[in-house]
Amino acid sequence: MTRWREALGRNETLVALVILAFVVAATLSDPRFFSIPTMMDLARASIVLGILAVGVMVVLVSGGIDVSFTAIAAFAMYCTTLLLVTYMPDLPWYGAFAVSMAIGATLGAINGILIAGFGLPTLIVTLGTLAIFRGFLLTFVGSRLISNIPSEMRDFSRMMIVRGTNADGSFYSLPWAFAFLVGVVIVTWVILYKTMLGRAIFAIGGSVESARRVGIAVRRTQFFVYVYVGALAGLAGIIHASMARVANPFDLVGLELSVIAAVVLGGARLIGGYGTLTGTLLGVALIVLVRNSLVVLGIPATWQMVVIGVLILIGTGLPAWQAKRAASRAA
Amino acid sequence: MTPERIRGLLVQPEGRLALITLLVFLLMAWLTPDRFLSVQNLTSMAFQFPEFAILALAMTIVMLTGGIDLSVIGVANLAAIVAALLLTQIVGPGVAEHGTFWVVVAMLAALAVGALAGLVNGVLVAWLGLPPILATLGSGLVFTGFGVALTGGSAVMGLPAEMAWIGNGRLWGIPVPLVLFAGLALLLWFVLTHTAFGLKVRMFGANPLAARFAAIDINAMLLRVYVSAGMLSAVAGLLIMSRANSAKFDYGSSYLLLAILIAVLGGVNPYGGYGRIIGVVLAVLSMQFLSSGLNMLGVSNFARELIWGSLLILVMVINASPNFRILPRGWQPPGARQGPPG
Repeated sequence: MTRWREALGRNETLVALVILAFVVAATLSDPRFFSIPTMMDLARASIVLGILAVGVMVVLVSGGIDVSFTAIAAFAMYCTTLLLVTYMPDLPWYGAFAVSMAIGATLGAINGILIAGFGLPTLIVTLGTLAIFRGFLLTFVGSRLISNIPSEMRDFSRMMIVRGTNADGSFYSLPWAFAFLVGVVIVTWVILYKTMLGRAIFAIGGSVESARRVGIAVRRTQFFVYVYVGALAGLAGIIHASMARVANPFDLVGLELSVIAAVVLGGARLIGGYGTLTGTLLGVALIVLVRNSLVVLGIPATWQMVVIGVLILIGTGLPAWQAKRAASRAA
Repeated sequence: MTPERIRGLLVQPEGRLALITLLVFLLMAWLTPDRFLSVQNLTSMAFQFPEFAILALAMTIVMLTGGIDLSVIGVANLAAIVAALLLTQIVGPGVAEHGTFWVVVAMLAALAVGALAGLVNGVLVAWLGLPPILATLGSGLVFTGFGVALTGGSAVMGLPAEMAWIGNGRLWGIPVPLVLFAGLALLLWFVLTHTAFGLKVRMFGANPLAARFAAIDINAMLLRVYVSAGMLSAVAGLLIMSRANSAKFDYGSSYLLLAILIAVLGGVNPYGGYGRIIGVVLAVLSMQFLSSGLNMLGVSNFARELIWGSLLILVMVINASPNFRILPRGWQPPGARQGPPG
């Protein structure tokens, strides 16, 4: 009985139930919703959001927050495309991905130095670097969109895991880019749960002071976290550009609140030390559903922001309130 | 003044800030002498800065408690949209007859929206125990989202002429927005330094546990802080609406960064406990001089964002490094307590 109540109180379970309810309601109002093409579209829409969300989850687990990752993604994506178009149009796509991830990691390292090196508050630092990265990109690199992206990147977006035609004649396909989301999840799972580094990330999120006393290199761990998020943002950026077949420097920025919403919905706590990949992926699924399919439920698209905001407040408010009640009962 | 006295002034963050403000002013006056110092430019600055300066005041009072309010812009725009819809949709054509009366009603409605929004934030933070970042991030989305839903995403236009006064009018020859900002800054200064409430705010920011053991009703205090921030945001929203002669959900979207930047630049400790209104006022002035001067030099909006961001980081780095070379020996950052990262 208590185990049941525990499972029900978990964010993952709640989010899964909300998703289920959403899907059932959407299917009832429009039977075409529950079909392979819709699911493939949603999967496709969750690639970039999902990779970014995994990065943000790692930061939250370490006890920080990062809002600059979308600017990093746009910066890395645009610079890489520009570099490729101007100097090396024949670089294979994995080369482009490596360049973009390297740029992302470098920008992440700047956050890392400011946060781990100077001990500045993470929200304010990343708000500042968000403006710096974006301002630098648009002032000095370029503000015009590149529509003739290298053919290698275009070819990458055409590589499909599955493709087919539904009974009613609608096409569906799932690009290989989805495999990158799966890959990122696996790599992050290994880092978080199978290495000392992962233990260190959880430990400093739980308590910096305790982590320091058991001999964890707090600064080095924090530095790694921001570099890792930067690299993931670079990857998400280049995948976004490849799939959109255009590098738009104004893209992605503005998405950060939705990504953070997905992660906190999935149960990761802002005070650090707690977060799961399952929860994060469920959170991403819910946000993608709200962003793409709210209309199916008969809710106008203009209400999308309200719905996401309310979901954040409920998703974070419920556990916070439970924790507060538990604490006052213990006292 | 003796050198000792000057040194004493410069040891305080506000003293250094006054120096920075003066330097920025002189630099800009030197770079574009004929335009920057013109009466026209000085008055146009007095009309421009109060809208984000008031948002910075809202940010300051929340930061004093160690929190942050990411919803200020959402509240400002929602309040403006409600006021604008009241004037154009509900009252409609009849507004021309009793223009002033309806404008006052609309402003009161905007303030009520601000207070209500602040109440929501306060309840989330104080009663439900949400971290202020998350509470105001979520509520900011909700407030902005209501703005979108109410207007369908487009601007509300056709405001009565009387609405223009608060943003563009003059009172005894002084721009109304400036009078409003000066009044609110003075009021906030008085409340923070001369009332029990102000003492509680700073005490809680400096040490929440000690404040609780001192039997301060923390929930009531936080509630009042967030309601004040919401009402200040609503005033800023009214100014923005009056100056733009319309209301829209995404007006002033760069002001959030600016409000945080000004508060931090003004010496307010983001971990709470320390901050003075005079510092915030000086920070506002230096930002406006910088912004206006850069504008005259033909610097793009993107570059301005870059400069603001760099400035924010620079100030944080200087304030966080007690041994920074520029500063006099023995200087301690305000509230030199080591806070947790986050």
